[in-house]
Amino acid sequence: MTKNALWLRIDGTQVTQGLQEACVKLEGCEGEAVLDFSGVSRVDAKAVQALEDFAAKAAAASVKPVLHGVQANVYRVLMLTNLASRFSM
Amino acid sequence: MPENTNLTAERTAYLEGLVSRARTAAAVFTQYTQADVDRIVKAMVLAGLEQAQNLARLAIEETRLGVLEDKAIKNMVATEFVYNYVKDKRTVGAINEYPDRGITEVAEPIGVILSLTPITNPTSTVLFKCIMAIKTRNAVIFSAHPNAWRCCQEAMRIMYERAVEHGAPEGVFTCIEAPTLEDNHYLMHHKDVSLIDATGGRGVVRAAYSSGKPALGVGPGNTPVYMEKSADLDMAVVDIITSKTFDNGTICASEQTVVIDDEIYDAVLHKFAELGAHVCNEAETQLLSCTVIDPATGRMQPMAIGQKASDIARFVGLQVKPNTKLLVAPISGVGRDYPLSVEKLFPVLAVCRASSTDEALKLCMEVNRAGGLGHTAVVFSRNDEVIRKFGEVINAGRIIVNSPGSIGALGGVYNDMVPTFSFGCGTGGGNSTMDNVNVYHYLNIKRVARRTQAHMWFRVPNQIYFNMNAVENVRHFPSRSTLIVTNPALEQMGHVDIVRRNMPIETMVRVLAIPDAEPEVKVVMQGVEALNLHKSDQIIALGGGSVIDAAKIMKLKYESPDADLEELAAPFLDIRKRVVEYPTEKVNRVRLVAISTTSGTGSEVTPFAVLTDKAQGRKVTLADYSLSPDVAIVDPQFVMSMPKGLTVDTGIDCLTHALEAGVSIHASPYTDSNAMQAIRLVFKYLPIAYENPRDEEARSMMHNAACIAALAFSNASVGVNHALAHAFGARFGVAHGRANALMLPHVMAYNAAVPTKFMPSPNQRAYVAHKKYALMADLLGLGGKTVNEKVRSLIAATERLLDQMSVPRSIAEIGISKADFERAVPDLVKIAFDDPSWRSNPRMPLMSELVELLWRAYRGRGAAAEGVYDEECVVAQN
Repeated sequence: MTKNALWLRIDGTQVTQGLQEACVKLEGCEGEAVLDFSGVSRVDAKAVQALEDFAAKAAAASVKPVLHGVQANVYRVLMLTNLASRFSM
Repeated sequence: MPENTNLTAERTAYLEGLVSRARTAAAVFTQYTQADVDRIVKAMVLAGLEQAQNLARLAIEETRLGVLEDKAIKNMVATEFVYNYVKDKRTVGAINEYPDRGITEVAEPIGVILSLTPITNPTSTVLFKCIMAIKTRNAVIFSAHPNAWRCCQEAMRIMYERAVEHGAPEGVFTCIEAPTLEDNHYLMHHKDVSLIDATGGRGVVRAAYSSGKPALGVGPGNTPVYMEKSADLDMAVVDIITSKTFDNGTICASEQTVVIDDEIYDAVLHKFAELGAHVCNEAETQLLSCTVIDPATGRMQPMAIGQKASDIARFVGLQVKPNTKLLVAPISGVGRDYPLSVEKLFPVLAVCRASSTDEALKLCMEVNRAGGLGHTAVVFSRNDEVIRKFGEVINAGRIIVNSPGSIGALGGVYNDMVPTFSFGCGTGGGNSTMDNVNVYHYLNIKRVARRTQAHMWFRVPNQIYFNMNAVENVRHFPSRSTLIVTNPALEQMGHVDIVRRNMPIETMVRVLAIPDAEPEVKVVMQGVEALNLHKSDQIIALGGGSVIDAAKIMKLKYESPDADLEELAAPFLDIRKRVVEYPTEKVNRVRLVAISTTSGTGSEVTPFAVLTDKAQGRKVTLADYSLSPDVAIVDPQFVMSMPKGLTVDTGIDCLTHALEAGVSIHASPYTDSNAMQAIRLVFKYLPIAYENPRDEEARSMMHNAACIAALAFSNASVGVNHALAHAFGARFGVAHGRANALMLPHVMAYNAAVPTKFMPSPNQRAYVAHKKYALMADLLGLGGKTVNEKVRSLIAATERLLDQMSVPRSIAEIGISKADFERAVPDLVKIAFDDPSWRSNPRMPLMSELVELLWRAYRGRGAAAEGVYDEECVVAQN
């Protein structure tokens, strides 16, 4: 059975910081890393970069990155930046 | 990543970095609101205004072109004037609402734009495009002219920093350092670049368009000016000097060749000289021509672009006054033999004398064609007719009237055109737009189209009189001269006398007996001749469908002699959108009273008429509500003696009308009420009328049923049953009602089944044919619990009704051999498919389905067992 190695709720007002913390917590994790994005209504360029970093780090650690509760307008950004395919949703 | 480039890996990585930043910025930007972008735009505009002079200086230092003061003004126009235009424009989310049409326009950003900017207007173009991009939530990668990239980069930096400071996404603007053609090529083919906005010379624009990307390519011009003899010369000369010397003529919309009417030519040149221009003599013009224009290419020499007139004169070797603003060079024609007739982005102006308006327009058209198609043209005149003509013949996106070309074309200063620094030149200039490029060209505009309901109608004759002796009502219609159109049999039966007896004594009555067959053109024309001869003001059509149809067409041709029946019979899909309109202007006025002597077609209330054109061997169907009789009289005394066969045929025709109108895609509550009542009456009274032809109530009710069914199908139309019956009946000479009967049970089963293909119909929310049949079964009290059971019971009841009246139940039964039928089927399908009747059928018939229906009709019986729509089954399967 898949074990949730990480479940982290991302604060909509501090998305980049939240993602950077999630990157740190990825170390030593197994299975899935779930980021709860339900509170995120907008992402900026730094957050996009942080998501890219998170996806890359998760791939390197063989952890499945999962975004939970992504709002439609944020999902659109992920699609346009080709990030959507790097996460399970 | 584009392939086959000569870029180094380092340069490629640099360009990829720019694209990546821009792509992220564009993606992030999609989340911004209108308020967000408006706030950022305002801040940027203020930054641009603050730096207008500095940027002008940088541009002059780097490019060595133009005039500092004018460049500063251009920077201000690019910010302040553009802002004034865009500030209240909606560019995010829903930008336009059309509630009456159910349409909402929604703005969709483009993404990453590659913007190529020119050397002539470097910083102003960058400022303009930055504002456009932010207003529309796009990211821009600037590729400036190689000799202007530093000042462009600075303009971009000022805009970028102020934008980001006010919340714009990081990376929203980038500018290529030391750009090369190879860089442009790479980016033009990059998958993440969505649009190329190229403002500049021919090469740049051509490269943009040939990249295969969507592009706004805005290139060179060659502005002709017509100075017509009625012009205000003082104003015209000042405007031209202002425009042509503005930034030393670097704006591509500036005046290039002025064509002057002979009458004012000398005066105009004198005024130019008076206001500081140098008018060249022939030798000077020759010298100028071969110096500032490259004789090899026929194009301007780059070294002259944006230079002062006095500097150009000195370089060429002309003796001019120190502060000479403009060099005016008289030429006597346009084209390669007249080098100065091309675009000159410097203060050299060609002038040409014209002996007439026509000659002037021709010369202007030639200038326009010599490199300026689609761009800009100018006319000075007080004569509106001249201005109108100029506007018609010159191919230019901006036709500037009585104002300076360059500043006029920019928009917002001398006129109310959209302010821009990018002039679309339309297809003449190889461009995708002819507009002044503005924010709407930086958007994909989506249309959210809500479902609308087409207006429906229920149109019937004004007056319908029914029941026994209803014919007495003809006495209420005053007429000086009446023509009774009938057939010989009805005349012999005394029906005409009944009508005559009831007419006012003072009415002069004539009778025209026509053959009892579908009317021919010559028969109709006989009627029209009679109407004209007797100056009739009333037609009484006494007969079946053929007689009444003939009378409808007689009325049409009598009232509107020029009506072209051939043209009026043109096919149409929707009567409200038909191409051909029936005449509304009438030479004569005549009342049409229709008295039906059969109980089937309902022609006394329908807007249709069928005409046979024997000369061409075909039928012409006319359909228009203007054909509907003015008065319908439904008097059963005229049908009491109908023979059994005719009673059955017309009765089944009536039932088919009602059943088809009931399930038509144009059915409405108005038509349903009529269709349902007609069905009820037919099932109840047709067997009685068949068995007891003298039963007055049955005859009366069947006569009413035919009229009521016709009221339904006049507005809801019929369906595939009629299409098949028309084709089959005509081919095998089978009466219309009988042909309908052969198809009817099978078509009902077909319409009640799940369609292979639904018929597009905005008026219906779901497929309801089977439910309508079930409703009819309920109305008839046929029983059944489910929709399916009810449909089957309706079909079975219809089959019983046919059997009860000994109607042949298969095509085989009426003596048509299988071989003959098999040979006919392909043609029958073609003809039926061309028949407009099925276009209101609830189910769109495939040709293969028409074949199947014909064969079912050939075999006959068993329709109730054919697959019908079973909602329970459908639900269970899902």
